[in-house]
Amino acid sequence: MDKFIRLTATACPFDVANLNTDQLLPARFLKLPRSAGLGAVLLHDLRFDADGRERPDFPLNQPAWRAAKIVVGARNFGCGSSREAAVYALLDYGIRCVIAPSFGDIFGGNAVENGLLTATVSDAEAANLMRLLGEEPRLPVTIDLEQQTIKCSDKAFGFVIDRVRRTRLLNGWDSLALTASYMDKIAAFKTADRARRPWAMPSSISVRDGSGDKSDDAG
Amino acid sequence: MSMNTPLTLFDKVWAAHEIVQREDGEALLWVDRHFVHEGSFNAFSQLKARRACVAEPGRTFAVADHYVPTRGSRRVIDNPDIARMVRTLEENTSEHGITLFGLDDARQGIVHVVGPEQGLTLPGLLIVCGDSHTSTHGALGAYAFGIGASEVAHVLMTQTLWQRKPKRMRITVNGRLSSGIAAKDIVLAIIAKIGADGATGHAIEFSGPVIRALSMEGRLTLCNMSIEAGARSGMIAPDETAFAYVRGRPYAPKGPLFEQALEAWSALATDEGAEFDREVEIDAGEVAPIVTWGTSPQDALPIDARVPDPAREGDAARAKYLREALDYMALKPGTKLTDIAIDRIFIGSCTNARIEDLRAAAAVLTGRVSKVPGLVSPGSSAVKRQAEEEGLDRIFRAAGLEWGESGCSMCVGINGDVVPPGERCASTTNRNFRGRQGPGARTHLMSPAMVAAAAVTGRLADARPLLAGHRL
Repeated sequence: MDKFIRLTATACPFDVANLNTDQLLPARFLKLPRSAGLGAVLLHDLRFDADGRERPDFPLNQPAWRAAKIVVGARNFGCGSSREAAVYALLDYGIRCVIAPSFGDIFGGNAVENGLLTATVSDAEAANLMRLLGEEPRLPVTIDLEQQTIKCSDKAFGFVIDRVRRTRLLNGWDSLALTASYMDKIAAFKTADRARRPWAMPSSISVRDGSGDKSDDAG
Repeated sequence: MSMNTPLTLFDKVWAAHEIVQREDGEALLWVDRHFVHEGSFNAFSQLKARRACVAEPGRTFAVADHYVPTRGSRRVIDNPDIARMVRTLEENTSEHGITLFGLDDARQGIVHVVGPEQGLTLPGLLIVCGDSHTSTHGALGAYAFGIGASEVAHVLMTQTLWQRKPKRMRITVNGRLSSGIAAKDIVLAIIAKIGADGATGHAIEFSGPVIRALSMEGRLTLCNMSIEAGARSGMIAPDETAFAYVRGRPYAPKGPLFEQALEAWSALATDEGAEFDREVEIDAGEVAPIVTWGTSPQDALPIDARVPDPAREGDAARAKYLREALDYMALKPGTKLTDIAIDRIFIGSCTNARIEDLRAAAAVLTGRVSKVPGLVSPGSSAVKRQAEEEGLDRIFRAAGLEWGESGCSMCVGINGDVVPPGERCASTTNRNFRGRQGPGARTHLMSPAMVAAAAVTGRLADARPLLAGHRL
């Protein structure tokens, strides 16, 4: 996984609250393998009309923001479906960081697994940033994960990120490598748990005690 | 935390799964059940790339639901892309020794219907699945939540997951539910009240007299939609309703093991005096039949209301939000909800396609004809068989509706069953997002009885007068 330390790039504003993962990557593109690259279908139905032509008023279609590496979003960015491919689509397009007042929980988890920074700011700071970009679209934005700061024009402010996620992004760590060092603890837990909660294992369906097999009963 | 600290249901289930608690606040959790589906192919690809095995195939169960056809014969899948998705799941599960409820299996259905139905979902378990509506399983007192593909791969390889403990929120539903009001109405009322991000970062516990009186199926609907308020999970303390539901199901514990389980499950309820980070109360007496008008589940109003008017909205950002939603939904500000004509209906999904849901819709449709076309897709193949035994399929067909097979179907449209562009659909599903049911589709969410009422009147309508003489 790529590390994230700091980035200076153009930033594209999406002033849409509850921008869900169905918008980021419409469901019909979920069949595509990651190797196909999902950048071309990012936000497909908002970027393109029914005939596949670009909607000129959509922010990402405007010349200043085509090559944006940062997105500034509104509240509840990435809510909805758990589809990790929504994160793949952002990354494959070239986006490395989303700044917003809040994120969908599952989206936030998927982002850190793939090296996408989700930076949480206040509603006022997000609105301020969007206003600045609206006035001067090509303004570069610098986001520094070590310092936890965002700079744009003469404005500078902090952002919030979970400290574990920050460490993982700064180092490019993936969680599996971390878990590998706990395999003995997992094995010990499994044994103890089996004794403590023997009922938690799926019962074998071949063993029936005659108290009523409801396999054909939906009610 | 001392021995005497009162604990919540969520605290107790979380603590029973903690393998490691790191100083930085993250915990490594043990996973009891892991459900996978056709959409999990990205995670299996990650496994392949690492040449890894599935750690616990006996605790992993697969269901073909997201891509399977739900209309016509399923023996041959015409669309090669969809056939490939179903085949890939068969190959991955066979390679790793995972039980698959595939297309030819009598137990096939939507994963969140099948888990409880087969007794795989039990009180006190930790359950994950690469699907946001995994919160459904919390209705039985499990801690259940949706995860992404990388996390799915992590669970496949280790049967564990790193998590930061969410905050605790209790939603108490007081009073008494009036006749003709369903769990869907309660949950839409809650989401409208707290917002689509109102529970972000929280594990919800639903409690109060109305929840205790709810059937298991109603509870599943309620917990299913927790994610639409942004919650990590929704849970209900297991009680006699839950125990009676679980007893005797194929994968549930049997004999002395069941008795032992009952003892453990009975101790799960939130202790008196346990603290929550946030408390919300609603009065069920104030809940009317609810429909959504916009493009987020939070855009929900009682059926006798009017669509909002952005011109009367003082807050500029809110006015913009309303204008965009109304524009997509092709609705004029101030329109009475009951004046909105529909083109189509859909009864299905992990939210509202269990047997009680089909009975509620059939109660309205009995002896009546739908003014619009529509599809009824049962939540599982077992639900389908039971509905047919009860003659519900004949009621739907006589009303002019299509009686289909089980799968995610027109809720997400990835099997090809979509609402055509520009059409307006009354739907028992969970998301009215732009294009959710197909590009350009306009979705109104509501309960099964309300969808049936929309079918017979051709517009959004109050189901209660049509239910006179019926008991839900």
